[in-house]
Amino acid sequence: MAKSSFRIEGKTALGHFLTYRPLIHELVTRDLKVKYRRSFLGYVWSVLNPLLMMCLQAWVFTVIFKSNIENYPLYLIIGNTLYTFFSESTTISMNSIISNAGLIKKVYIPKFILPISSVVSSLVTTLFSFAAIVIVMIITRAPVHWTILLVWFPLLSMFLFNCGVGMILSGLTVYFRDMQHLYGVVTLALMYATPIFYSIDAMTPEVQFMIRLNPIYHYINLFRCLIMIGGVPGPNTWFACIASATVTMIIGLMVFRKLQKNFLLHI
Amino acid sequence: MDTTENTAIIADHISMKFNLAQERTEALKEYVIKKIKRQLHYTEFYALRDVSFSLKKGGSLGIIGRNGSGKSTLLKCIAGVMFPTKGTVTVTGSIAPLIELGAGFDPELTAKENVYLNGAVLGHDRAFMNERFDEIIDFAELWEFVDVPVKNYSSGMYARLGFAIATEIKADVLICDEILSVGDMAFQQKCRKRMEELLSGGTTLLYVGQDPQTVEEMCAEALWLDHGRVREYGDSYKVCGAYMDYLDEIS
Ligand SMILES: Nc1ncnc2c1ncn2[C@@H]1O[C@H](COP(=O)(O)OP(=O)(O)OP(=O)(O)O)[C@@H](O)[C@H]1O
Ligand SMILES: [Mg+2]
Repeated sequence: MAKSSFRIEGKTALGHFLTYRPLIHELVTRDLKVKYRRSFLGYVWSVLNPLLMMCLQAWVFTVIFKSNIENYPLYLIIGNTLYTFFSESTTISMNSIISNAGLIKKVYIPKFILPISSVVSSLVTTLFSFAAIVIVMIITRAPVHWTILLVWFPLLSMFLFNCGVGMILSGLTVYFRDMQHLYGVVTLALMYATPIFYSIDAMTPEVQFMIRLNPIYHYINLFRCLIMIGGVPGPNTWFACIASATVTMIIGLMVFRKLQKNFLLHI
Repeated sequence: MDTTENTAIIADHISMKFNLAQERTEALKEYVIKKIKRQLHYTEFYALRDVSFSLKKGGSLGIIGRNGSGKSTLLKCIAGVMFPTKGTVTVTGSIAPLIELGAGFDPELTAKENVYLNGAVLGHDRAFMNERFDEIIDFAELWEFVDVPVKNYSSGMYARLGFAIATEIKADVLICDEILSVGDMAFQQKCRKRMEELLSGGTTLLYVGQDPQTVEEMCAEALWLDHGRVREYGDSYKVCGAYMDYLDEIS
């Protein structure tokens, strides 16, 4: 039973998280329902869309730009799926406070539940679209390595990273609405800065260094290693994933806690 | 102030200040420019000034006052939706708030889906809500519309659903804001009966209404807010009487 928990100042984020687990469940169900309610093919889109996207890009980059990466379709679709997870989840959670204004004006809920549950909804759609990756693996007859069992690790890292970014963005957007317009450009720029359709090996050392500063590169890279190469990369890659994720999550929680105080006066 | 174990709500000298910005700066560029030029002017506005009261477990308090006197703002502070600028609020037990009619529904979702969402907002899982689902819809008399998105509801239907959920989950404190003003006569009677039942069952009631007559009948104590200040507070018969005299005087 929820005992007017907002009074208990010392209550941790984790404590809230457990009390309000049913709420996260309901919010995620709602997001998915609203997303697919009006579309004829429903969940099928989550698989079809990345496949179509990959076909288009594979054609553009192999025929026009003569890319010579091995199993390029698989390489592409992994990069695309994971990058879409990042851009989609952060964009939705960015608007989560504003779009749930009706809720938080009427009842108390810990506000960080909103950006987090947006990322969870997006994770669910991403898991659906993993079917597209499997389809591409089957069609291209890609060998299956045991390391595929470890893909939860880059995915979990990315989940935490997205939650952190989502919390910061959602908090700032309440105060500055034009962030919404700006962010579309940012995600596009980040997409080019992430090796999705090109390989990092083709870059000059300086550019490679820059790319390695981008956490998303590490999540995608580890995911590709585990599925396509079947080797376990050195500890640096694992460390880069978990460290960037944890740090972003902690910064996100701290920034959000500061920003949330006056939400009600601005929505 | 009474701080024994038997109090459900203590509001201790709470004030709520709003900054009414002359122009809202929602654009980043504007904000930066104005901050630099020190042009961010606000008019300070107190919606609540130094409001104190305490309410026993199982007690009932009616809040009256003219439009804009701060009634809903006071309820929001108590429900934890807003933080008061000054002062503290202490609530013991779970709260079911119905502030400004709504219960925080999602307009795109159906009544059924909103029952679960609203339940979760108040900290209850699906199993808990399933047990109470039939009673909720029975009480709200909405079986016909159970699969209709609530955006297509009339305001009375909306209020019924909110009231039915908030009273069916049996929270320790029930907060009702203007709930009787949109329901039809039959439903108003039903709501009053339900509130009386809850009160005799030990629920604490915080009730806002425009009609001093109803407040007097429903609540043991009343608090009259005037421009955010407590004008009178005490026995509801006395406070509502004074408020009615005041209304007669100004009209
Ligand atoms: N978020 C806000 N920002 C600025 N001012 C606000 C905000 N919320 C309320 N106010 C102001 O606070 C005052 C009190 O509002 P409130 O809604 O509490 O009145 P009320 O007593 O509930 O009125 P009514 O009887 O019409 O429901 C009003 O003058 C209103 O303009
Ligand atoms: Mg009001």
